[in-house]
Amino acid sequence: MPRSKTELAVVGAGPAGLAAAVTAADLGLTVTLLDAGARPGGQYYRHPAPALAATHPQAAAPHHDRRTFTTLLSRLRAHQAAGRIAYVPHHHVWSVTRADPTRTDPTWTLHTRTTESAPTSVTAPLAVTAPAVLLATGSYERHLPFPGWTLPGVVGAGGAQAMLKGGLVLPGRRIVVAGSGPLLLAVAGSLAGAGARVPAVVEAAAYTGYATGGAAATAALLRNPAKLAEGARHGAALLRAHTRLLTRHAVVEAHGTDRVEAVTVARLDRDWRPVPGTSRRIPCDALAVGHGLVPELSLATALGCATRTAPDGTVALALDADLRTSVPGVWSAGETGGIGGAQLAVAEGALAAHSIAQAPAPTRLRRTRTRLRAFADVMGAAHRPGAGWQHWLPDATDVCRCEEVPAGRIRESLAELGARDARTVKLLTRAGMGWCQGRMCGPAVAALCAAAGAGAGTDTGTDTGTDTGTDTGTDTGAEETAPAPDRRPLACPVPLRDLAQLPLPAAD
Amino acid sequence: MMQSRTRPPERPPRTHPPTPEHPVSYKLTFDGRELPAQEGQSVAAALWSAGILAWRTTRTNGAPRGAFCGIGQCYDCLVTVNGRPNQRACLLPARPGDTVTTQEGTGRAALED
Ligand code: FES
Repeated sequence: MPRSKTELAVVGAGPAGLAAAVTAADLGLTVTLLDAGARPGGQYYRHPAPALAATHPQAAAPHHDRRTFTTLLSRLRAHQAAGRIAYVPHHHVWSVTRADPTRTDPTWTLHTRTTESAPTSVTAPLAVTAPAVLLATGSYERHLPFPGWTLPGVVGAGGAQAMLKGGLVLPGRRIVVAGSGPLLLAVAGSLAGAGARVPAVVEAAAYTGYATGGAAATAALLRNPAKLAEGARHGAALLRAHTRLLTRHAVVEAHGTDRVEAVTVARLDRDWRPVPGTSRRIPCDALAVGHGLVPELSLATALGCATRTAPDGTVALALDADLRTSVPGVWSAGETGGIGGAQLAVAEGALAAHSIAQAPAPTRLRRTRTRLRAFADVMGAAHRPGAGWQHWLPDATDVCRCEEVPAGRIRESLAELGARDARTVKLLTRAGMGWCQGRMCGPAVAALCAAAGAGAGTDTGTDTGTDTGTDTGTDTGAEETAPAPDRRPLACPVPLRDLAQLPLPAAD
Repeated sequence: MMQSRTRPPERPPRTHPPTPEHPVSYKLTFDGRELPAQEGQSVAAALWSAGILAWRTTRTNGAPRGAFCGIGQCYDCLVTVNGRPNQRACLLPARPGDTVTTQEGTGRAALED
C-alpha cells in the first residue's frame, strides 16, 4: 500500500468519502480511504456480504441510487488496481493528530483500531500520515427517550434499516415505525417490502411544515422534483401495505416486560406536547424509532473545527463553499456539514476533492450542492423536535441507556444541585459517560438543560473526555448561545495497549 | 430475561455443498441452544433471525438488551462470544460453531486478559 506517499486521507467510505476518494484519485492524488465498515458504502449503500446476498435474490433488487453506487464502486476498484487508492476497511479512526506540530503546514496522523468486523488476520493498529484529511464520518440517529424505549424490540429506525440491509433480518413481524423525519417512510417501506406488517408510521411533525416555510422553502421544494417523487413512491408503497400514516403523533410509551408487546400513541400539539385524552394502543412486537440524524463530529471537534446549528437543531460543521473546515488542511463532506442525504454527500465529496487537488470544480456540482442543501434545510426545519416532547418523559425513564440514568436525576442535578450545563450534568449523574459516550442520550440531555434554562454545554477547553454529547437537539433558545461542540478526545473506546503504542509527545 | 423456550430449529440444516444458490449455512449456539446462521450474517443478525432480541443484561438494573442502533454506535448489543465479552454483536461476523452467551453486568466475569 502506498501509505507513505498518501496525499489525502479520507475517513469514511460512505457516499461522501467514496465520491471524494475516487474524484481525488481521478485528479491525480494518491489516497488512503479508511473505513470502519466491512464493505464500502457506509450506511446508505449498506449491503449484505456476497454469500448472504446470494441466498436472498430480492436483496439484490435495485435500491435507490444503486447506479451511482455501482459507478463509485467500479471507479474505486480501478483506482485500487492502479495503486492510486489504498482502501482500508475494518478500521475505525479514533484520533487525528498533527504529525509534526513544529511545521507550519500541517501533516496529520490518523490513528486507527480494528473493529469487530475485521477478520482475525487483520488486528494491528494502523497509523496513516497525510498532508490533507477529509472527514466523511456521516451521521447517527437522534433519539428522544420515552418510557419503555430500552425494551428489547425497540430498535432505532436506522438500526432496523441497517440490520435489514446488511443482515437481511427483521426485529419482529408487526413493526410500528415512529419518530420524525424522511427516513421513517423509507424504513417503513423497506420493512414492509421484506415481509413485515407495518400497522402505522407515527410522525411527530406535520408534513404541512414543508409548505408553510415561506417562499424560499416552496422554491426549494419545487426545484427538487426527484426528492418529492421519492417521497410519493414511499407513500404509495405504504398505502399498498395498508400502513396508516399518523402525522403530529408520537409513541409516548412502549409496553412489555421482556420485550415490546404494544405501544401507546398520542396526538401532539404544535410544540410536540402530547394532547391529553388522545392516547391509543397499537399492538406490535417491535418498534423502529428515530428522530432524524445527528452529524458524527467526534474527530472534527477534537481537531477544533468550527460548528454551526443547522435548521434541524443539530450541530453541524461550518464549511466554506469548497468544503474546508476552519482548520487548515482538514476538509469535510456529507452529513457532517448538516444532514442532507446521499446525493448531496456525493456532490460534496466530489467538490471537496477538487478543492484538495486545487482543480476548478464543475459549476454543475456547485449548483447541485446548493439545490440539495436548500431542500435539506426545509426538511430539517419541518422535522425539528418541538420542546414539548419532554412532557412524555417521566422522571423514572432512563435517558442514558449505557449508565441507566433516569430523567429525574438529570432534572434534579439541574434544579437542585446547581448544574448549569450538560458537562456538569454529566459529572453529577454519569449521563453520557458510558460506552457510547453520549451519542444516544446527548440530544435529550441538552434539551433537558435548555428546558431548565441552563446552557446546553460549555467547553472549557480543558477536555478530559467528560463532555456529554451536547447536540442541542431541541430549541428553547439553543441558537442564541453557541452550542458547545460535541467534544470527545477519542472517537471510540480504545484499549490501553493501543494508547501505550502511541509515540510520546516531544517534551516542551 | 431470556425465556428458555424450547422450539424446533426454524430451518432444516442444508446438506448440499455450498454454491451461490445454496451458500454455507451452519450452526452456532446461544446459551446452549443451537441456532442456524448463514455465512455473511453478524451475530446480531443470526440472533434476530431466530427471534432472539436480547442477549445482555445491564450492569445496574439487570435489564435485558440487544441491538438498538445496528451500526456500532450504541454498544447496547455487547455480547460474549467464545468466552470473549463486550463485543458488538451488530458488527461481529457469526462464525461456524461460535458459542454465544448472554452477557451479564460488565461481562468481566469471564474476562481473561
Ligand atoms: S446495536 Fe448499537 S452497537 Fe451494536
